[in-house]
Amino acid sequence: MDRNNCRRQVAAMKQSLFDQGLLDEQFIQLEELQDDANPNFVEEIVTLYYRDSSRLISNLEQTLERNPLDFNKLDTIMHQFKGSSSSIGAKKVKAESSLIREYCRTGNAEGCRKSYQQMKKEYVALRKKLENYFQLARQAGPLERACRPK
Amino acid sequence: MDNGCFSTPRRDFPAGLRVLVVDDDPTWLKILEKMLKKCNYEVTTCCLARQALNLLRERKDGYDIVISDVNMPDMDGFKLLEHVGLEMDLPVIMMSVDGETSRVMKGVQHGACDYLLKPIRMKELRNIWQHVFRKRIHEVREFENFESFESMHLMRNGSDLSEEGNMFALEDMTSSKKRKDVDGKHDDREFLDSSSSKKARVVWSVDLHQKFVKAVNQIGFDKVGPKKILDLMNVPWLSRENVASHLQKYRLYLSRLQKDNEQKSSSSGMKHSDLPLKDVGSFGFQNSADKQQNDASIDRYNYSEGTLQHQNMETKSHESNPKGTVPHSITAEKVKAFVPLESEGKNATFQSTMSTTQYSWTEIPKTQLKKEQKPIVHPEDNFNLLPLHGKQHNIQVDQSQSIASISSTPSIAEQDVAGCIETKPRFADYKKDYTSSVSSIRSSVDTFPFQPGNLMMNYQPSQQAISTTNLGVKTQSYNNLSCISDLESYQRNLLFGGEAASAAPLDEDLYFYWHNMNFGQQSIGMPEYYDPGLLTEVPNHLYDSTDYSVIDQGLFIA
Repeated sequence: MDRNNCRRQVAAMKQSLFDQGLLDEQFIQLEELQDDANPNFVEEIVTLYYRDSSRLISNLEQTLERNPLDFNKLDTIMHQFKGSSSSIGAKKVKAESSLIREYCRTGNAEGCRKSYQQMKKEYVALRKKLENYFQLARQAGPLERACRPK
Repeated sequence: MDNGCFSTPRRDFPAGLRVLVVDDDPTWLKILEKMLKKCNYEVTTCCLARQALNLLRERKDGYDIVISDVNMPDMDGFKLLEHVGLEMDLPVIMMSVDGETSRVMKGVQHGACDYLLKPIRMKELRNIWQHVFRKRIHEVREFENFESFESMHLMRNGSDLSEEGNMFALEDMTSSKKRKDVDGKHDDREFLDSSSSKKARVVWSVDLHQKFVKAVNQIGFDKVGPKKILDLMNVPWLSRENVASHLQKYRLYLSRLQKDNEQKSSSSGMKHSDLPLKDVGSFGFQNSADKQQNDASIDRYNYSEGTLQHQNMETKSHESNPKGTVPHSITAEKVKAFVPLESEGKNATFQSTMSTTQYSWTEIPKTQLKKEQKPIVHPEDNFNLLPLHGKQHNIQVDQSQSIASISSTPSIAEQDVAGCIETKPRFADYKKDYTSSVSSIRSSVDTFPFQPGNLMMNYQPSQQAISTTNLGVKTQSYNNLSCISDLESYQRNLLFGGEAASAAPLDEDLYFYWHNMNFGQQSIGMPEYYDPGLLTEVPNHLYDSTDYSVIDQGLFIA
């Protein structure tokens, strides 16, 4: 009973993440990759993502602090960051990354910094949500399978 | 592991396809690994391009296909792509989160057989085997084009020599598809079968490639053709088809170099030099004049160093006419060096000098040098110091390893200095793969095996010139070799090409290729091959303010 409840909650949570546009198709792909050999595949990937991207984040912040802003460098880091974020399907984070790159192209330092703040918010928020999600999913048990949100 | 594309012909192809994934993003690496495993492929991952190249070189024919990200810290994905294509002739798929048309186009131009956009779907990965298959089919077809009894016979012999493993399972498939006159009896190695069957993978050893290049040079680039080369080479088990394939690859390599060169110098538009792609019969190699140049350059090289050693060349960032003032002074000096070239005696000198490098330059160079002993024309034109965008390169000859390594100090932002030092290694020692110059100069210092004979350092003040030395050969696949011979041709072009315009495309291609190969490779990989003792101080006075770009090339270890 409780398990079913849990599972329903998990499904609902996931659905909401999609509805809010925080996650995209890629997340589903990851879930489809999950199998007996890698039962916690998605969580592992997300953990790996956050670990690796934190390095990028600190790079980003360092770069943003400089004056004048080194757009090329920023663009390079953002490119990496965008690529990384696409790996877990972090939709909003990815979109913000694109925006920052655009600002880099036009040399808009103010835009870059503002966008970055926004992106970081999304990034942190998503992490929290995913943490909750996985926690719940673990409780719901291994039978939780990938299912496409309606 | 066999030499075949597949370790053993697989009945369940594409299962077991051996994929090498290269991506600096650990998250993607893990995802791709999982996806590919789900496709029943055999996956190897690495996060550094250099590491990938090492893996590929260590295990020749150990992989069927390479998937690589475009943006990597240690080496540009496109460079890696070129390297792989030339050295190992494996299909390479590029990936990136950036799907801009220009990038994709660049990927294709550099030889990628596909360009995937991240996020990558599994279904896209399921189908990558088609690229492997396609390549095999083309190779077989290529072979068929050269059908002749003799070829077949040779093929058969070649097949006999090659391991069974070389036979690609494709054969079965080919048969079943009735693309050729395959009758599926691949144990019947008769020529009839060979036309349809897979082609034995010829391993172009250093020696073999040396013969190849020598033959090409003897014939003359503009007249070269597989049959002629084959005849000259006098290698009984080699087929015309093998040679043709090798030649083509070499041409492609050179053309790519040229193209890159052009691009970088932002001169005329991309001239995808079709030179290598032209009919096999008429190789687009430059005429003897070029060779002359090459010889001259080699000579010059010797001259400046006394041995085939390193010249620290500072490349000037002249984008403009190479026949700058500065070079002239140097040119003058060089001219002296070259003057003797015109005589046979020079050859001897050359040889002796070269010999100090432990390379058996004598053979090939002799041939070449002697061949066209024309007065050096336009020395100023030809000896352009190669100021590649202000890059500074050191050409180093690693005597201890008999490897010529050209290290470049990329002072140029772009890694366009590509130089190929072509040497024909006579000794079996030099089973080094030469790095496809195009790829990352940054990443690795690849030393090219020296092939005696074609050591030419081409210095052109213009951006075109690049010293090119035909690198020896890679024992591995003949792709490399074909590249090398292409290199030679390009070298010629380059050398010749003080007047460059005509030869320009090739030159530039080679130029760029060379540059690319060597750029930034200075420290990387160098330690392995580089013998500091070899580095002689650059006689800077010779070059004045002219910059030379030295190509740093890592040596491929077969």
